[in-house]
Amino acid sequence: MSLLEVNNLSVEFATQDGAVRAVNNVSFSVDEGKTLAIVGESGSGKSQTVFAMMGLLAANGKATGSVRFEGDEVLGLTGDALNAIRAQKMAMIFQDPMTSLNPYMRISDQMAEVLVHHNGLSKSDAIKQSIRMLDAVKIPEAKNRIRMFPHEFSGGMRQRVMIAMSLLCQPKLLIADEPTTALDVTVQAQIMRLLAEIQKDFGTAIILITHDLGVVAGNSDDTLVMYGGQVMEVGTTESVYAAPTHPYTQGLMSAVPRVDSELDKLVTIPGNPPNMMNMPTGCPFTPRCRFAIEKCLKTMPELVHSGGDAGHMRACNVPKEDLV
Amino acid sequence: MLNYVIKRIAIAIPTMLILIILSFLLMHAAPGGPFTSERPLPPQVLANIEAKYGLDQPLWRQMVNYVWGVVTQFDFGPSFKYKDRTVNEIIAQGFPITLKYGFWSFVFAIGVGIPLGAIAAIRKNTWIDYLAVGVSIGAQVLPNFVMAPLLVITFTLWLGWLPGGGWNGGSIEYLIMPVIALSTSYMASIARITRSSMLEVLNSNFIRTAKAKGLPGRTILLRHALKPSLLPVISYLGPAFVGLITGSVVIDIYFSTGGMGYFFVNSATNRDYSVMMGITILVGFLTIMFSLVVDMLYAWIDPKIRY
Repeated sequence: MSLLEVNNLSVEFATQDGAVRAVNNVSFSVDEGKTLAIVGESGSGKSQTVFAMMGLLAANGKATGSVRFEGDEVLGLTGDALNAIRAQKMAMIFQDPMTSLNPYMRISDQMAEVLVHHNGLSKSDAIKQSIRMLDAVKIPEAKNRIRMFPHEFSGGMRQRVMIAMSLLCQPKLLIADEPTTALDVTVQAQIMRLLAEIQKDFGTAIILITHDLGVVAGNSDDTLVMYGGQVMEVGTTESVYAAPTHPYTQGLMSAVPRVDSELDKLVTIPGNPPNMMNMPTGCPFTPRCRFAIEKCLKTMPELVHSGGDAGHMRACNVPKEDLV
Repeated sequence: MLNYVIKRIAIAIPTMLILIILSFLLMHAAPGGPFTSERPLPPQVLANIEAKYGLDQPLWRQMVNYVWGVVTQFDFGPSFKYKDRTVNEIIAQGFPITLKYGFWSFVFAIGVGIPLGAIAAIRKNTWIDYLAVGVSIGAQVLPNFVMAPLLVITFTLWLGWLPGGGWNGGSIEYLIMPVIALSTSYMASIARITRSSMLEVLNSNFIRTAKAKGLPGRTILLRHALKPSLLPVISYLGPAFVGLITGSVVIDIYFSTGGMGYFFVNSATNRDYSVMMGITILVGFLTIMFSLVVDMLYAWIDPKIRY
């Protein structure tokens, strides 16, 4: 049994112009201590997938399907039952560390309240433990700095604080929603290294959401590629990178500039992501796909074994051999 | 912080001087004077009276004398209209009354306005929200000169529960209607400001973080959302408080409460220069002081603000 099993997860938002389906029948699993990368463009539904798991969807959002954590269904939990999962079993860090911490509270109060609430620690014990956690994420002089307010930290330091705060109850799964997008490149590398170390030290499984394929390559066991709310391809990172079998994944890979090749223009995938308000019936990638055939307009293909490594699946109407 | 307070008080002094000069000149620029009446006084009598009050002197000298008296002896001079009474006495009589019903109006406006706005925000787009918004819009559009007679008709004439006017030292039954009539529009503004600012805060990223931390809704609301939601409310409260404690002519007339609002408006129509000036200076002083208090409160709530 995997630590986390997501089956046929769909997310719909009720808007004034009708229902918007942001996530469509997504299934995946994460094993203990492993890292799954979810990759896709903005609006591909990757963030909404994990928000649904944590019960953090906007008020007009509704999730269906199944999310099992250690075998127990967590989708649809509310109130205390939901709060018992959050932070203790699944924790989350967000894209924008500048706004994700409460600017009106000291770091010490924001961290300590997690331990006071979930583990029943006294305030002073909670602060002591929080300082240890800040040390673990390599915040210098944690003992003094814990009394500071968020605006007294740099972006990278705030993300470290967020990571430390999310790990306080030692959750088995850490969801990182584009943790490095808002940071500059050198800090990105530090944060990714930190996440890798934490995984080693605490044995935490990580779901890493990103649109940076470079980040994925070195930091994940499995990769899931999403487009238009659907899973396009999934498999071990090694296998997906070595032999991408979906036109979208192939397009993403070729769009990554390489330092060892000379080129005048960056490679792009022509066209724009689909309008979620009126999704085409078939494969959402069809309008931008240079291999698209008649069938793609009508039917969304099933996710089937790609012929590569075990667990490497693809959802494409065009046979792998024809993608050249 | 202390430096900042001292600086602000230092700036307040020229501000007050400008206020005094401007209102002095405006007051004297208005046609007529305190002793103009329908049946003109004999010129000799008028000259005598004007000499007694110093009105025969050039305007600049009157102003210098006035400011000198205010600054050195805290003396706002005699009233021109109420014989044998000084402005200090009139303020000492009217201000405590105004302060009392103004203060309770303030308490009422906050006590009802903030919870009403907060509940509307938390229960956004439910009937509770619509009810709260409806009540506050209704309260906002009902001016106090409509509110006051409605209250009197209901509680005095119809139900007979409350006295229709008078003050009686400000005992509770005399206090209720003035307070309600005066505070409803303030209450409505506070509710609407609280609602919109709380909605914004509840949608912010740090509230999402607090949810992801598994904290109960109550804790999120009280510990994380309330303080930042109140920032815009506080900037409204400073001027509102001054407006409330310096009284309202409508309240003073409808309920015969005898507060400062009555004297203020009368002094303007009667060209009672000194009473008018005295009250203007008091209101100006309070406004400056409470805007300083608001800035202090801001610094207390928002750690990014340091002086």
